[in-house]
Amino acid sequence: MRRTILTKVLLLIPVLFLVSLGTFLMVDLVPGDIGVQVLGPNASVDDYARVNRQLGFNKPILERYGSWLSHTVRGDLGKNLVPPIETVTTRLARAFPVNLELAVLALAMAFAISVPLAMWSAYRAGSRFDRFVSAATFGTISVPSFLAALLLVLVLAVNWHIFPLGQWARPTAKGWATNLRFAFLPALTLALQEAAVFTRLLRSDMIATLQEDYILAARAKGMPTWHILAREALRPSSFSLITLSGLSVGRLIGGTIIVEQVFSLPGMGSVVINAAQKNDYPLVQGGVLVIAVVYIAVNLFVDLMYGYLDPRIRRVGV
Amino acid sequence: MSELALVESLETAPPEHRAGRSRRAGLLQAVGFLAVGVAAVALGLTEMTHVAGLIKVPTVLVGLVALYLACDRVAKAVWGASFDTGFWMSLSWLVLLIAAAILAGVLPLGEYKNSAKTIGTPGNLRPDLFSRHPLGTNNFSLDLLSRAIYASRVSLATALFAVVVSVVIGVTIGMVAGYYRGWVDTVVGVCTDTTLAIPALVLLIAIAAILGVPKTVPEAIVKEGGALAIVGIPTVIRLARANTLAFAGREFVVASRALGARSRRILFKQLLPNVMLPIISYAFIIIAVLIVAEGSLAFLGLGLQQPQPTWGNMIAEGTLSVLRQYPHIPLVPGAFMFLTVFSFNRVGERARQRWDPRQSKM
Repeated sequence: MRRTILTKVLLLIPVLFLVSLGTFLMVDLVPGDIGVQVLGPNASVDDYARVNRQLGFNKPILERYGSWLSHTVRGDLGKNLVPPIETVTTRLARAFPVNLELAVLALAMAFAISVPLAMWSAYRAGSRFDRFVSAATFGTISVPSFLAALLLVLVLAVNWHIFPLGQWARPTAKGWATNLRFAFLPALTLALQEAAVFTRLLRSDMIATLQEDYILAARAKGMPTWHILAREALRPSSFSLITLSGLSVGRLIGGTIIVEQVFSLPGMGSVVINAAQKNDYPLVQGGVLVIAVVYIAVNLFVDLMYGYLDPRIRRVGV
Repeated sequence: MSELALVESLETAPPEHRAGRSRRAGLLQAVGFLAVGVAAVALGLTEMTHVAGLIKVPTVLVGLVALYLACDRVAKAVWGASFDTGFWMSLSWLVLLIAAAILAGVLPLGEYKNSAKTIGTPGNLRPDLFSRHPLGTNNFSLDLLSRAIYASRVSLATALFAVVVSVVIGVTIGMVAGYYRGWVDTVVGVCTDTTLAIPALVLLIAIAAILGVPKTVPEAIVKEGGALAIVGIPTVIRLARANTLAFAGREFVVASRALGARSRRILFKQLLPNVMLPIISYAFIIIAVLIVAEGSLAFLGLGLQQPQPTWGNMIAEGTLSVLRQYPHIPLVPGAFMFLTVFSFNRVGERARQRWDPRQSKM
């Protein structure tokens, strides 16, 4: 077991190296003069010189990569180029809690929606309810997230005024109740897609579990249906669901750009997209790097947890 | 994409529809549904100022469901109970859309781009099937149906270009890695892992930031298509590699090698046809994902700019004030996009059940 962990961690080193190289080279791949790209054609000569110096274009590329990497490893991602100028780390550290909260909320909602639906669909497989759920989840998977966000805003915020429109309230400033009211719609948008995928996965796993002998035994003992579904069948059916939900945490932290943009939330995605629109490359670099590293770390964690959770894998002694 | 594939592969086949419903009853039901459907859609899409949009949108939806059920009953009565109506309707939508996209220049459509030509037409018209602007106009009085069709050119061409590039490059690399193994396989594995380690949209935005915003339609197709291909290639590499591994150990390959066939012959004559079939069936689902990705880029303002229409930037026209008063402006392109993505997913699912060796029960 310890060897597997070590191999998996070691295999990540080339991946991390390539990710860092890729994000570093981003600035060099930009066509034309970088100063003009960032500041536009009408800035002063001093400003162009500042941008070039800040990006270190007066040094050879290997030396630049070396110093960039050593700074990055120590948590210093440099400063951004377009005012207001601050360190990239500060900017990202302010944005990260938003993503974390959204990811946790969205995952909780996705479970709350998908687990009951999947259990009942599996229990009544082939029924009208099951067919309806199957069609609805297939449809939900085909709705792009910006469209889903728009529809939810249209119905729940514009027409029915149940939720406030856009923006964000930090729990430290306005309290958790206000914060949750603002976070509900974005989290629901994210949750719908995940819930659709979760439902389909859990349903098919659960149908297999319900064929097992011990379910028959439980039924023969006269256990109520909810007990059989929730207490006996759910846990053994949920291994692939747990893997998948781990993967979605990684994706939810980095892949919420659209939802952040629609609801104007101050998360990492907004930072990256606004920086990309203004050609503020250090900020794009830093954002992409942090998102990728978080994603890799979460995936590794899920990968390792899977071995502990699923006794079938544990027993083989992989 | 991979999650979807995972889920699909674990799914059981859809339940058999209950047999025994007589043809006559089915056709009678169909007539009923048809009447309800036509009435509801016509009512919902006719301009009536005193009816709120909140009533009209559900009316249209109910009408569409009724029309679907009508088609379903007729088709099942004519071609038997196992007829897959959803699949054939998806295919028809795609054929219709592609035909409209190709023929957009000669179809009698309204103005889609040049607001100087629409000074006489009122803006923000609501959908009215029996008028000159069946799906309404936007705030520059540009015809929404026409814009949605011209936008489909961009989306379809970009996704198609990207998927062709992804398949050609991905299959080549994936087959080489899966056939020769060794250090080639390791290097390819690390590279695909790296690309997949970054969320697709973040990667797309980074690439779009490097390439700059496209100005013309061909430029958009090449730039966005190239960016989308970089996202698509790793997935295709993995699929091609897995399928190559699965087939490389089979008897016909071993026999071929025993008869003295060279690696090149085995790769092209034995492995390529077997690897291509599942890849092509996955390609439909990849196209669906890429259309969403292209739409996202355009929605975020990194794709084609107004007044050139794409589904993404048309949906982005739906700002809060527009949503309040004229929700149809983002909903029309949204419906086009949903139907197209849904149809590609549906067709892809069917293709995979038919052609993917891991799906069919061999």
